[in-house]
Amino acid sequence: MNVVVCVKQIPDPADPGALDPTTKTLKRDGKLILDESDSYGVEMALQLVTTAGGGEVTLVSMAPNGEVSGLRTALAMGAAKAILVSDDALAGSDALATAKVLAKAIQRVEGADLVLTATESSDGYTGTVPEQIAGLLDLPSVTFAKSISVEGSTIKIQRQTEAGYDDVECPLPAVVSVTAGVVEPRYPSFKGIMAAKSKPVDTLTVADLGLDASQVGWAGAGQQIVSIAEAPAREAGEVFEDDGTAAEKIVAFLDDLKVL
Amino acid sequence: MALSKIWVLAEATDGKVTTSTLELLTKARSLADTVEAIYSGGDADAIAGQLGEYGASKVYTTGDLAGALPGVPVSGAIAALVDGGNAPDAIIAATSYYGRDIAGRLSVKLDRTVITNNTDIEVDGSSLVTTEPVFGGTTDVKTTFTAAGPHLVLVRPKSFVAESAGGSAAAVETIAVPDGGKSAGAKVITRHVEEREGPSLDEAAVVVSGGRGLGEQEKYALIEELAKLLNAAPGASRAIVDAGWVPYSYQVGQTGKVVKPTVYIAAGISGATQHMVGMKGSKNIIAINKDAEAPIFAVSDLGIVGDVHKVLPQLIEALKAR
Repeated sequence: MNVVVCVKQIPDPADPGALDPTTKTLKRDGKLILDESDSYGVEMALQLVTTAGGGEVTLVSMAPNGEVSGLRTALAMGAAKAILVSDDALAGSDALATAKVLAKAIQRVEGADLVLTATESSDGYTGTVPEQIAGLLDLPSVTFAKSISVEGSTIKIQRQTEAGYDDVECPLPAVVSVTAGVVEPRYPSFKGIMAAKSKPVDTLTVADLGLDASQVGWAGAGQQIVSIAEAPAREAGEVFEDDGTAAEKIVAFLDDLKVL
Repeated sequence: MALSKIWVLAEATDGKVTTSTLELLTKARSLADTVEAIYSGGDADAIAGQLGEYGASKVYTTGDLAGALPGVPVSGAIAALVDGGNAPDAIIAATSYYGRDIAGRLSVKLDRTVITNNTDIEVDGSSLVTTEPVFGGTTDVKTTFTAAGPHLVLVRPKSFVAESAGGSAAAVETIAVPDGGKSAGAKVITRHVEEREGPSLDEAAVVVSGGRGLGEQEKYALIEELAKLLNAAPGASRAIVDAGWVPYSYQVGQTGKVVKPTVYIAAGISGATQHMVGMKGSKNIIAINKDAEAPIFAVSDLGIVGDVHKVLPQLIEALKAR
Protein backbone atom coordinates (compact mmCIF):
# COMPACT_ATOMS: atom_id res chain seq x y z
CA MET A 1 0.00 0.00 0.00
CA ASN A 2 1.37 3.40 -0.98
CA VAL A 3 0.42 6.36 1.17
CA VAL A 4 1.09 10.04 0.53
CA VAL A 5 1.19 12.29 3.61
CA CYS A 6 0.89 16.05 3.22
CA VAL A 7 3.09 17.69 5.83
CA LYS A 8 3.61 21.32 6.71
CA GLN A 9 6.81 22.81 8.02
CA ILE A 10 5.97 25.64 10.38
CA PRO A 11 7.67 28.07 12.78
CA ASP A 12 8.03 26.53 16.25
CA PRO A 13 4.64 27.15 17.98
CA ALA A 14 6.58 27.91 21.17
CA ASP A 15 7.93 30.95 19.31
CA PRO A 16 5.34 31.68 16.64
CA GLY A 17 6.91 34.95 15.58
CA ALA A 18 4.72 37.62 14.08
CA LEU A 19 3.05 38.92 10.98
CA ASP A 20 5.29 40.88 8.66
CA PRO A 21 3.79 44.41 8.61
CA THR A 22 4.76 44.94 4.96
CA THR A 23 3.81 41.66 3.32
CA LYS A 24 1.17 40.84 5.97
CA THR A 25 2.18 37.18 5.96
CA LEU A 26 3.52 35.08 8.78
CA LYS A 27 7.26 35.59 9.13
CA ARG A 28 8.94 32.35 8.20
CA ASP A 29 12.57 33.38 8.27
CA GLY A 30 13.45 31.30 11.31
CA LYS A 31 13.94 27.55 11.45
CA LEU A 32 10.87 25.53 10.49
CA ILE A 33 9.81 22.28 12.15
CA LEU A 34 7.40 19.49 11.30
CA ASP A 35 3.89 20.56 12.36
CA GLU A 36 3.04 18.25 15.27
CA SER A 37 -0.46 17.81 13.78
CA ASP A 38 1.16 16.11 10.79
CA SER A 39 3.19 13.64 12.85
CA TYR A 40 -0.05 11.71 13.50
CA GLY A 41 -0.68 11.26 9.76
CA VAL A 42 2.92 10.13 9.24
CA GLU A 43 2.59 7.59 12.06
CA MET A 44 -0.76 6.32 10.77
CA ALA A 45 0.65 5.98 7.24
CA LEU A 46 3.66 4.00 8.50
CA GLN A 47 1.36 1.67 10.44
CA LEU A 48 -0.92 1.14 7.42
CA VAL A 49 2.04 0.27 5.19
CA THR A 50 3.38 -2.16 7.80
CA THR A 51 -0.03 -3.82 8.17
CA ALA A 52 -0.36 -4.11 4.39
CA GLY A 53 3.04 -5.82 4.27
CA GLY A 54 4.40 -3.65 1.47
CA GLY A 55 4.49 -0.23 -0.13
CA GLU A 56 5.91 3.05 1.09
CA VAL A 57 5.13 6.46 2.54
CA THR A 58 5.82 9.55 0.41
CA LEU A 59 5.77 13.04 1.92
CA VAL A 60 4.50 16.09 0.06
CA SER A 61 5.23 19.57 1.36
CA MET A 62 5.28 23.20 0.28
CA ALA A 63 7.71 25.56 2.01
CA PRO A 64 9.86 28.61 1.29
CA ASN A 65 13.65 28.57 0.82
CA GLY A 66 13.91 24.85 0.05
CA GLU A 67 13.28 24.15 3.75
CA VAL A 68 13.69 20.44 4.58
CA SER A 69 14.27 20.25 8.34
CA GLY A 70 10.65 19.24 9.07
CA LEU A 71 10.72 16.74 6.20
CA ARG A 72 13.87 15.14 7.62
CA THR A 73 12.02 14.54 10.89
CA ALA A 74 9.23 12.67 9.06
CA LEU A 75 11.78 10.79 6.91
CA ALA A 76 13.57 9.80 10.12
CA MET A 77 10.28 8.40 11.43
CA GLY A 78 10.27 6.07 8.42
CA ALA A 79 8.85 7.78 5.33
CA ALA A 80 10.68 6.66 2.17
CA LYS A 81 10.94 9.88 0.19
CA ALA A 82 9.60 13.41 -0.18
CA ILE A 83 8.46 15.93 -2.73
CA LEU A 84 9.06 19.54 -1.74
CA VAL A 85 7.60 22.41 -3.71
CA SER A 86 9.56 25.57 -3.04
CA ASP A 87 9.30 28.71 -5.13
CA ASP A 88 9.35 32.44 -4.40
CA ALA A 89 6.17 32.69 -6.47
CA LEU A 90 4.32 30.78 -3.73
CA ALA A 91 4.60 33.54 -1.10
CA GLY A 92 1.13 34.77 -0.17
CA SER A 93 -0.70 31.67 -1.38
CA ASP A 94 -4.19 31.18 0.05
CA ALA A 95 -5.59 27.79 1.06
CA LEU A 96 -6.96 27.05 -2.42
CA ALA A 97 -3.64 27.83 -4.14
CA THR A 98 -1.86 25.67 -1.55
CA ALA A 99 -4.23 22.82 -2.35
CA LYS A 100 -3.60 23.28 -6.10
CA VAL A 101 0.15 22.95 -5.54
CA LEU A 102 -0.17 19.94 -3.23
CA ALA A 103 -2.63 18.20 -5.58
CA LYS A 104 -0.24 18.60 -8.52
CA ALA A 105 2.62 17.24 -6.43
CA ILE A 106 0.51 14.27 -5.25
CA GLN A 107 -0.26 13.41 -8.88
CA ARG A 108 3.45 12.83 -9.44
CA VAL A 109 3.46 9.96 -6.92
CA GLU A 110 2.82 6.77 -8.84
CA GLY A 111 0.34 4.27 -7.47
CA ALA A 112 -0.82 6.30 -4.46
CA ASP A 113 -3.69 4.46 -2.73
CA LEU A 114 -4.34 6.96 0.02
CA VAL A 115 -3.56 10.61 0.79
CA LEU A 116 -3.41 11.60 4.46
CA THR A 117 -3.42 15.12 5.90
CA ALA A 118 -3.91 16.69 9.31
CA THR A 119 -7.35 18.21 9.97
CA GLU A 120 -5.73 21.65 10.04
CA SER A 121 -2.26 23.11 10.39
CA SER A 122 -1.18 24.55 13.73
CA ASP A 123 -0.22 27.93 12.28
CA GLY A 124 -2.80 28.73 9.59
CA TYR A 125 -5.63 26.37 10.64
CA THR A 126 -8.00 27.08 7.76
CA GLY A 127 -9.00 23.40 7.84
CA THR A 128 -10.18 23.49 4.23
CA VAL A 129 -7.11 22.17 2.40
CA PRO A 130 -7.92 18.42 2.74
CA GLU A 131 -11.31 18.82 1.03
CA GLN A 132 -9.81 21.18 -1.54
CA ILE A 133 -7.14 18.61 -2.46
CA ALA A 134 -9.81 15.91 -2.73
CA GLY A 135 -11.95 18.19 -4.92
CA LEU A 136 -9.02 18.98 -7.23
CA LEU A 137 -8.10 15.29 -7.56
CA ASP A 138 -11.79 14.30 -7.87
CA LEU A 139 -11.38 11.75 -5.07
CA PRO A 140 -13.71 10.76 -2.24
CA SER A 141 -12.72 12.10 1.16
CA VAL A 142 -13.30 11.62 4.85
CA THR A 143 -12.33 14.33 7.35
CA PHE A 144 -11.57 13.99 11.08
CA ALA A 145 -10.61 10.31 11.04
CA LYS A 146 -9.82 8.84 14.47
CA SER A 147 -8.79 5.48 13.03
CA ILE A 148 -8.34 3.88 9.62
CA SER A 149 -8.29 0.23 8.61
CA VAL A 150 -7.98 -1.15 5.09
CA GLU A 151 -10.08 -3.98 3.69
CA GLY A 152 -9.19 -4.68 0.08
CA SER A 153 -9.99 -1.57 -1.94
CA THR A 154 -12.10 -0.01 0.83
CA ILE A 155 -11.11 1.86 3.99
CA LYS A 156 -13.11 1.79 7.21
CA ILE A 157 -12.86 4.92 9.28
CA GLN A 158 -14.05 6.09 12.66
CA ARG A 159 -14.91 9.71 11.97
CA GLN A 160 -15.15 12.14 14.88
CA THR A 161 -18.41 14.11 15.00
CA GLU A 162 -19.84 16.82 17.24
CA ALA A 163 -21.86 14.18 19.11
CA GLY A 164 -19.53 11.17 19.08
CA TYR A 165 -18.27 9.31 16.04
CA ASP A 166 -19.48 7.70 12.80
CA ASP A 167 -18.33 4.47 11.18
CA VAL A 168 -17.61 5.48 7.58
CA GLU A 169 -16.63 3.38 4.56
CA CYS A 170 -14.86 4.84 1.56
CA PRO A 171 -13.40 3.36 -1.63
CA LEU A 172 -9.71 3.85 -2.44
CA PRO A 173 -7.99 5.94 -3.60
CA ALA A 174 -9.16 8.61 -1.18
CA VAL A 175 -8.10 11.66 0.82
CA VAL A 176 -8.43 11.37 4.60
CA SER A 177 -7.69 13.98 7.28
CA VAL A 178 -6.68 12.55 10.65
CA THR A 179 -7.17 14.03 14.12
CA ALA A 180 -4.41 14.43 16.65
CA GLY A 181 -4.03 12.01 19.49
CA VAL A 182 -5.30 8.83 17.85
CA VAL A 183 -1.90 7.23 17.40
CA GLU A 184 1.31 7.92 19.30
CA PRO A 185 3.85 9.30 16.80
CA ARG A 186 7.13 7.41 17.15
CA TYR A 187 10.35 9.17 18.05
CA PRO A 188 12.90 8.88 15.25
CA SER A 189 15.64 6.42 16.20
CA PHE A 190 19.32 7.31 15.78
CA LYS A 191 19.42 4.89 12.86
CA GLY A 192 16.36 6.56 11.37
CA ILE A 193 17.89 10.01 11.70
CA MET A 194 21.07 8.86 9.96
CA ALA A 195 19.11 7.11 7.18
CA ALA A 196 16.91 10.18 6.64
CA LYS A 197 19.93 12.23 5.56
CA SER A 198 20.29 10.23 2.36
CA LYS A 199 16.60 9.69 1.55
CA PRO A 200 15.52 11.39 -1.69
CA VAL A 201 13.85 14.80 -1.55
CA ASP A 202 12.62 15.92 -4.96
CA THR A 203 12.56 19.73 -4.93
CA LEU A 204 10.25 21.27 -7.53
CA THR A 205 9.19 24.71 -8.68
CA VAL A 206 5.72 25.93 -9.65
CA ALA A 207 6.69 25.61 -13.33
CA ASP A 208 7.83 21.99 -12.76
CA LEU A 209 4.28 21.21 -11.64
CA GLY A 210 2.82 22.73 -14.80
CA LEU A 211 1.11 25.49 -12.83
CA ASP A 212 1.12 29.09 -13.96
CA ALA A 213 2.66 31.52 -11.45
CA SER A 214 -0.47 33.68 -11.78
CA GLN A 215 -2.53 30.90 -10.12
CA VAL A 216 -0.55 30.91 -6.88
CA GLY A 217 1.02 33.28 -4.36
CA TRP A 218 -0.05 36.89 -4.14
CA ALA A 219 -1.03 36.84 -7.82
CA GLY A 220 -3.51 33.99 -7.41
CA ALA A 221 -4.89 34.81 -3.97
CA GLY A 222 -8.53 35.80 -4.05
CA GLN A 223 -8.07 37.68 -0.82
CA GLN A 224 -6.03 40.52 0.57
CA ILE A 225 -5.29 41.50 4.14
CA VAL A 226 -6.43 45.08 4.73
CA SER A 227 -5.39 45.55 8.34
CA ILE A 228 -3.68 43.93 11.28
CA ALA A 229 -4.53 45.29 14.71
CA GLU A 230 -4.08 44.32 18.30
CA ALA A 231 -7.29 42.83 19.63
CA PRO A 232 -8.85 44.52 22.67
CA ALA A 233 -7.07 42.85 25.57
CA ARG A 234 -8.89 41.35 28.52
CA GLU A 235 -7.87 42.97 31.77
CA ALA A 236 -6.27 40.54 34.14
CA GLY A 237 -7.99 40.53 37.52
CA GLU A 238 -6.69 39.64 40.93
CA VAL A 239 -4.31 36.70 41.32
CA PHE A 240 -3.86 35.13 44.75
CA GLU A 241 -1.36 32.64 46.06
CA ASP A 242 -3.48 29.92 47.69
CA ASP A 243 -3.15 30.24 51.46
CA GLY A 244 -5.99 27.85 52.26
CA THR A 245 -8.72 30.43 51.56
CA ALA A 246 -8.96 29.86 47.80
CA ALA A 247 -12.27 27.98 48.00
CA GLU A 248 -13.73 30.78 50.14
CA LYS A 249 -12.64 33.42 47.60
CA ILE A 250 -14.13 31.47 44.70
CA VAL A 251 -17.45 31.00 46.52
CA ALA A 252 -17.59 34.74 47.30
CA PHE A 253 -16.84 35.55 43.66
CA LEU A 254 -19.62 33.22 42.45
CA ASP A 255 -21.98 34.65 45.05
CA ASP A 256 -21.39 38.17 43.73
CA LEU A 257 -22.29 36.97 40.23
CA LYS A 258 -25.45 35.31 41.60
CA VAL A 259 -24.74 32.01 39.88
CA LEU A 260 -25.09 29.93 43.06
CA MET B 1 -24.85 49.79 1.44
CA ALA B 2 -26.02 46.25 1.62
CA LEU B 3 -25.34 43.25 -0.53
CA SER B 4 -28.18 41.88 -2.56
CA LYS B 5 -28.22 38.24 -1.45
CA ILE B 6 -26.50 35.92 1.02
CA TRP B 7 -26.90 32.16 1.42
CA VAL B 8 -26.39 30.61 4.84
CA LEU B 9 -25.56 26.90 5.19
CA ALA B 10 -28.11 25.76 7.75
CA GLU B 11 -27.49 22.95 10.23
CA ALA B 12 -30.09 21.29 12.46
CA THR B 13 -30.17 18.51 15.03
CA ASP B 14 -33.36 16.56 15.77
CA GLY B 15 -35.55 19.09 13.98
CA LYS B 16 -34.01 22.07 15.78
CA VAL B 17 -31.88 24.61 13.91
CA THR B 18 -28.47 25.02 15.57
CA THR B 19 -27.71 28.22 17.46
CA SER B 20 -24.74 28.91 15.18
CA THR B 21 -27.06 28.85 12.14
CA LEU B 22 -29.43 31.32 13.83
CA GLU B 23 -26.44 33.56 14.62
CA LEU B 24 -25.41 33.53 10.94
CA LEU B 25 -28.94 34.28 9.74
CA THR B 26 -29.12 37.21 12.16
CA LYS B 27 -25.84 38.65 10.88
CA ALA B 28 -26.69 37.98 7.22
CA ARG B 29 -29.91 40.01 7.61
CA SER B 30 -27.83 43.07 8.46
CA LEU B 31 -25.57 42.58 5.45
CA ALA B 32 -27.94 41.74 2.59
CA ASP B 33 -31.44 42.50 1.33
CA THR B 34 -32.24 38.82 0.80
CA VAL B 35 -31.15 35.94 3.00
CA GLU B 36 -31.74 32.34 1.94
CA ALA B 37 -30.72 29.06 3.55
CA ILE B 38 -29.22 25.89 2.08
CA TYR B 39 -30.07 22.66 3.90
CA SER B 40 -29.32 18.99 3.46
CA GLY B 41 -31.70 17.08 5.71
CA GLY B 42 -34.98 15.32 5.11
CA ASP B 43 -36.87 17.64 7.48
CA ALA B 44 -36.66 21.02 5.73
CA ASP B 45 -40.42 21.56 6.15
CA ALA B 46 -40.07 21.12 9.90
CA ILE B 47 -37.33 23.75 10.25
CA ALA B 48 -38.64 26.25 7.66
CA GLY B 49 -40.49 28.07 10.45
CA GLN B 50 -37.35 28.64 12.52
CA LEU B 51 -35.28 29.63 9.48
CA GLY B 52 -37.97 32.11 8.42
CA GLU B 53 -38.29 33.55 11.91
CA TYR B 54 -34.59 34.44 11.84
CA GLY B 55 -34.71 36.01 8.40
CA ALA B 56 -34.46 33.38 5.65
CA SER B 57 -37.10 33.91 2.98
CA LYS B 58 -36.37 30.61 1.31
CA VAL B 59 -34.65 27.33 2.09
CA TYR B 60 -33.13 25.26 -0.69
CA THR B 61 -32.93 21.63 0.36
CA THR B 62 -31.15 18.66 -1.14
CA GLY B 63 -33.28 16.31 0.96
CA ASP B 64 -31.77 13.53 3.03
CA LEU B 65 -28.26 12.56 1.91
CA ALA B 66 -28.79 8.87 2.72
CA GLY B 67 -25.56 8.55 4.69
CA ALA B 68 -23.31 10.35 2.21
CA LEU B 69 -20.84 12.77 3.81
CA PRO B 70 -22.07 16.30 2.93
CA GLY B 71 -19.02 17.79 1.18
CA VAL B 72 -19.49 16.40 -2.33
CA PRO B 73 -23.29 16.34 -2.73
CA VAL B 74 -24.07 19.68 -1.05
CA SER B 75 -21.25 21.58 -2.79
CA GLY B 76 -22.38 20.03 -6.08
CA ALA B 77 -25.96 21.16 -5.55
CA ILE B 78 -24.86 24.69 -4.59
CA ALA B 79 -22.49 24.97 -7.57
CA ALA B 80 -25.35 23.92 -9.87
CA LEU B 81 -27.57 26.65 -8.39
CA VAL B 82 -24.80 29.23 -8.88
CA ASP B 83 -24.15 28.06 -12.46
CA GLY B 84 -27.88 28.30 -13.09
CA GLY B 85 -27.62 32.08 -12.74
CA ASN B 86 -28.80 32.20 -9.17
CA ALA B 87 -25.53 33.30 -7.59
CA PRO B 88 -25.58 35.13 -4.24
CA ASP B 89 -22.95 37.71 -3.26
CA ALA B 90 -21.73 35.49 -0.43
CA ILE B 91 -22.16 32.03 1.04
CA ILE B 92 -21.68 31.85 4.81
CA ALA B 93 -21.28 28.79 7.00
CA ALA B 94 -20.20 27.98 10.53
CA THR B 95 -16.65 26.79 11.20
CA SER B 96 -18.01 23.30 11.90
CA TYR B 97 -17.27 19.88 10.42
CA TYR B 98 -20.21 20.38 8.10
CA GLY B 99 -19.33 23.94 7.07
CA ARG B 100 -15.65 23.26 6.49
CA ASP B 101 -16.21 20.14 4.37
CA ILE B 102 -18.74 21.85 2.11
CA ALA B 103 -16.81 25.14 1.85
CA GLY B 104 -13.59 23.31 0.89
CA ARG B 105 -15.28 21.36 -1.90
CA LEU B 106 -17.27 24.39 -3.02
CA SER B 107 -14.17 26.59 -3.26
CA VAL B 108 -12.74 24.15 -5.82
CA LYS B 109 -16.00 23.89 -7.79
CA LEU B 110 -16.38 27.69 -7.96
CA ASP B 111 -12.60 28.37 -8.00
CA ARG B 112 -13.05 30.90 -5.17
CA THR B 113 -11.00 31.40 -2.05
CA VAL B 114 -12.63 30.68 1.31
CA ILE B 115 -11.80 32.78 4.36
CA THR B 116 -12.13 30.81 7.59
CA ASN B 117 -12.33 31.23 11.37
CA ASN B 118 -13.90 34.66 11.25
CA THR B 119 -15.56 36.47 14.12
CA ASP B 120 -17.00 39.38 12.17
CA ILE B 121 -18.15 40.32 8.65
CA GLU B 122 -18.69 43.81 7.26
CA VAL B 123 -19.84 44.98 3.85
CA ASP B 124 -17.39 47.09 1.87
CA GLY B 125 -18.87 48.16 -1.47
CA SER B 126 -19.60 44.96 -3.36
CA SER B 127 -17.10 42.99 -1.30
CA LEU B 128 -16.87 41.82 2.27
CA VAL B 129 -14.31 42.45 4.96
CA THR B 130 -13.88 39.64 7.44
CA THR B 131 -12.15 39.64 10.84
CA GLU B 132 -10.09 36.69 11.98
CA PRO B 133 -8.36 36.57 15.36
CA VAL B 134 -4.86 35.06 15.22
CA PHE B 135 -2.13 34.30 17.78
CA GLY B 136 -4.66 33.12 20.34
CA GLY B 137 -6.92 36.12 19.84
CA THR B 138 -4.28 38.78 20.56
CA THR B 139 -4.32 40.08 16.98
CA ASP B 140 -7.24 40.77 14.64
CA VAL B 141 -6.61 40.37 10.91
CA LYS B 142 -9.07 41.95 8.50
CA THR B 143 -9.23 40.47 5.03
CA THR B 144 -11.13 41.44 1.91
CA PHE B 145 -12.01 39.45 -1.20
CA THR B 146 -10.27 40.65 -4.34
CA ALA B 147 -11.96 38.34 -6.86
CA ALA B 148 -15.62 38.35 -7.88
CA GLY B 149 -18.23 36.59 -5.71
CA PRO B 150 -19.78 34.45 -4.48
CA HIS B 151 -17.51 35.06 -1.49
CA LEU B 152 -17.09 32.05 0.78
CA VAL B 153 -16.88 32.80 4.50
CA LEU B 154 -16.65 30.51 7.52
CA VAL B 155 -17.58 32.05 10.86
CA ARG B 156 -16.80 30.81 14.34
CA PRO B 157 -19.82 29.90 16.43
CA LYS B 158 -20.80 32.47 19.11
CA SER B 159 -19.46 35.38 17.06
CA PHE B 160 -22.91 36.98 16.86
CA VAL B 161 -26.01 36.98 19.05
CA ALA B 162 -29.03 35.28 17.46
CA GLU B 163 -32.09 37.56 17.37
CA SER B 164 -35.48 36.69 15.93
CA ALA B 165 -36.71 38.86 13.07
CA GLY B 166 -40.27 37.66 13.55
CA GLY B 167 -40.40 36.51 9.94
CA SER B 168 -42.81 33.97 8.55
CA ALA B 169 -41.80 30.47 7.50
CA ALA B 170 -39.22 30.18 4.71
CA ALA B 171 -40.45 28.81 1.39
CA VAL B 172 -39.05 25.31 0.78
CA GLU B 173 -37.51 24.52 -2.60
CA THR B 174 -35.94 21.15 -3.38
CA ILE B 175 -32.72 21.31 -5.38
CA ALA B 176 -31.09 18.57 -7.41
CA VAL B 177 -27.89 16.86 -6.29
CA PRO B 178 -25.65 16.21 -9.32
CA ASP B 179 -24.04 12.77 -9.54
CA GLY B 180 -20.72 13.08 -7.73
CA GLY B 181 -19.31 9.96 -9.40
CA LYS B 182 -16.46 8.25 -7.58
CA SER B 183 -15.78 11.35 -5.45
CA ALA B 184 -19.08 10.75 -3.65
CA GLY B 185 -18.02 7.30 -2.43
CA ALA B 186 -17.73 7.94 1.32
CA LYS B 187 -20.76 6.64 3.25
CA VAL B 188 -21.72 6.65 6.94
CA ILE B 189 -22.56 3.09 8.01
CA THR B 190 -23.34 3.62 11.72
CA ARG B 191 -23.62 6.72 13.90
CA HIS B 192 -22.47 6.62 17.52
CA VAL B 193 -23.60 9.24 20.03
CA GLU B 194 -21.52 9.65 23.19
CA GLU B 195 -23.87 10.59 26.01
CA ARG B 196 -22.98 13.64 28.07
CA GLU B 197 -24.38 14.45 31.46
CA GLY B 198 -25.76 17.84 32.49
CA PRO B 199 -26.23 21.00 30.45
CA SER B 200 -24.49 21.40 27.08
CA LEU B 201 -21.30 23.41 26.66
CA ASP B 202 -23.15 25.63 24.19
CA GLU B 203 -25.86 26.73 26.57
CA ALA B 204 -24.59 26.39 30.17
CA ALA B 205 -24.27 29.58 32.24
CA VAL B 206 -21.28 28.04 33.99
CA VAL B 207 -18.55 25.87 32.45
CA VAL B 208 -15.96 23.98 34.50
CA SER B 209 -12.99 22.70 32.48
CA GLY B 210 -10.06 20.56 33.47
CA GLY B 211 -6.63 20.18 31.93
CA ARG B 212 -3.34 18.37 32.19
CA GLY B 213 -2.77 19.85 35.67
CA LEU B 214 -5.28 17.33 37.03
CA GLY B 215 -2.46 14.84 36.69
CA GLU B 216 -4.44 11.73 35.87
CA GLN B 217 -7.70 10.69 34.23
CA GLU B 218 -9.37 9.63 37.51
CA LYS B 219 -9.08 13.20 38.84
CA TYR B 220 -11.46 14.44 36.14
CA ALA B 221 -14.17 13.22 38.53
CA LEU B 222 -13.45 16.39 40.54
CA ILE B 223 -14.43 18.48 37.51
CA GLU B 224 -17.63 16.48 37.05
CA GLU B 225 -18.57 16.77 40.70
CA LEU B 226 -17.96 20.52 40.77
CA ALA B 227 -19.89 20.95 37.53
CA LYS B 228 -22.86 19.08 38.98
CA LEU B 229 -22.93 21.30 42.09
CA LEU B 230 -22.88 24.45 39.92
CA ASN B 231 -25.31 23.08 37.33
CA ALA B 232 -22.43 23.64 34.94
CA ALA B 233 -21.22 21.91 31.78
CA PRO B 234 -17.95 19.98 32.19
CA GLY B 235 -15.29 20.86 29.62
CA ALA B 236 -11.71 20.00 28.84
CA SER B 237 -8.50 21.24 27.24
CA ARG B 238 -7.28 19.61 24.05
CA ALA B 239 -4.38 18.00 25.94
CA ILE B 240 -6.61 15.71 28.00
CA VAL B 241 -8.94 14.98 25.09
CA ASP B 242 -5.93 13.91 23.01
CA ALA B 243 -4.76 11.83 25.96
CA GLY B 244 -8.13 10.05 25.88
CA TRP B 245 -9.31 11.10 29.37
CA VAL B 246 -12.62 12.49 28.07
CA PRO B 247 -14.37 12.39 24.68
CA TYR B 248 -13.86 15.07 22.06
CA SER B 249 -17.35 16.47 22.72
CA TYR B 250 -15.90 17.95 25.96
CA GLN B 251 -13.19 19.95 24.21
CA VAL B 252 -13.18 23.74 24.54
CA GLY B 253 -10.93 25.60 22.14
CA GLN B 254 -10.13 26.38 18.57
CA THR B 255 -10.72 22.83 17.38
CA GLY B 256 -13.47 22.19 19.92
CA LYS B 257 -16.37 24.25 21.20
CA VAL B 258 -16.34 28.00 21.56
CA VAL B 259 -18.04 28.91 24.85
CA LYS B 260 -19.15 32.24 26.30
CA PRO B 261 -20.71 31.42 29.67
CA THR B 262 -21.31 33.81 32.57
CA VAL B 263 -18.56 32.01 34.48
CA TYR B 264 -15.75 29.85 33.13
CA ILE B 265 -13.63 27.91 35.62
CA ALA B 266 -10.31 26.61 34.27
CA ALA B 267 -8.69 24.07 36.59
CA GLY B 268 -5.19 22.85 35.81
CA ILE B 269 -5.22 24.54 32.41
CA SER B 270 -2.20 26.67 31.53
CA GLY B 271 -3.89 28.55 28.71
CA ALA B 272 -2.44 27.44 25.38
CA THR B 273 -3.62 29.68 22.52
CA GLN B 274 -5.60 26.71 21.20
CA HIS B 275 -7.67 26.75 24.42
CA MET B 276 -7.86 30.52 24.97
CA VAL B 277 -9.50 31.08 21.59
CA GLY B 278 -12.43 28.96 22.77
CA MET B 279 -13.06 30.57 26.17
CA LYS B 280 -11.71 34.12 26.17
CA GLY B 281 -15.13 35.52 25.43
CA SER B 282 -16.53 34.26 28.76
CA LYS B 283 -17.96 37.04 30.93
CA ASN B 284 -16.01 35.98 34.02
CA ILE B 285 -13.03 33.66 34.22
CA ILE B 286 -11.70 31.87 37.30
CA ALA B 287 -8.37 30.10 36.90
CA ILE B 288 -6.67 27.65 39.25
CA ASN B 289 -3.13 26.68 38.32
CA LYS B 290 0.02 25.94 40.24
CA ASP B 291 2.24 27.90 37.84
CA ALA B 292 2.03 31.64 38.58
CA GLU B 293 3.40 32.34 35.08
CA ALA B 294 0.62 30.41 33.30
CA PRO B 295 -0.89 32.52 30.46
CA ILE B 296 -4.40 31.73 31.72
CA PHE B 297 -3.89 34.28 34.55
CA ALA B 298 -3.56 37.08 32.00
CA VAL B 299 -7.22 36.66 31.07
CA SER B 300 -8.69 35.59 34.43
CA ASP B 301 -10.78 37.80 36.68
CA LEU B 302 -9.95 35.67 39.70
CA GLY B 303 -6.70 33.75 39.62
CA ILE B 304 -5.66 31.19 42.21
CA VAL B 305 -2.03 30.10 42.18
CA GLY B 306 -2.48 26.77 43.87
CA ASP B 307 -2.85 23.02 43.66
CA VAL B 308 -6.09 21.88 41.99
CA HIS B 309 -5.94 18.71 44.12
CA LYS B 310 -6.36 20.86 47.22
CA VAL B 311 -8.51 23.72 45.93
CA LEU B 312 -11.12 21.66 44.05
CA PRO B 313 -12.01 19.35 46.99
CA GLN B 314 -12.23 22.37 49.31
CA LEU B 315 -14.45 24.18 46.84
CA ILE B 316 -16.67 21.13 46.47
CA GLU B 317 -17.00 20.85 50.26
CA ALA B 318 -17.78 24.56 50.60
CA LEU B 319 -20.53 24.35 47.98
CA LYS B 320 -22.02 21.21 49.52
CA ALA B 321 -22.14 22.98 52.90
CA ARG B 322 -24.35 25.75 51.56
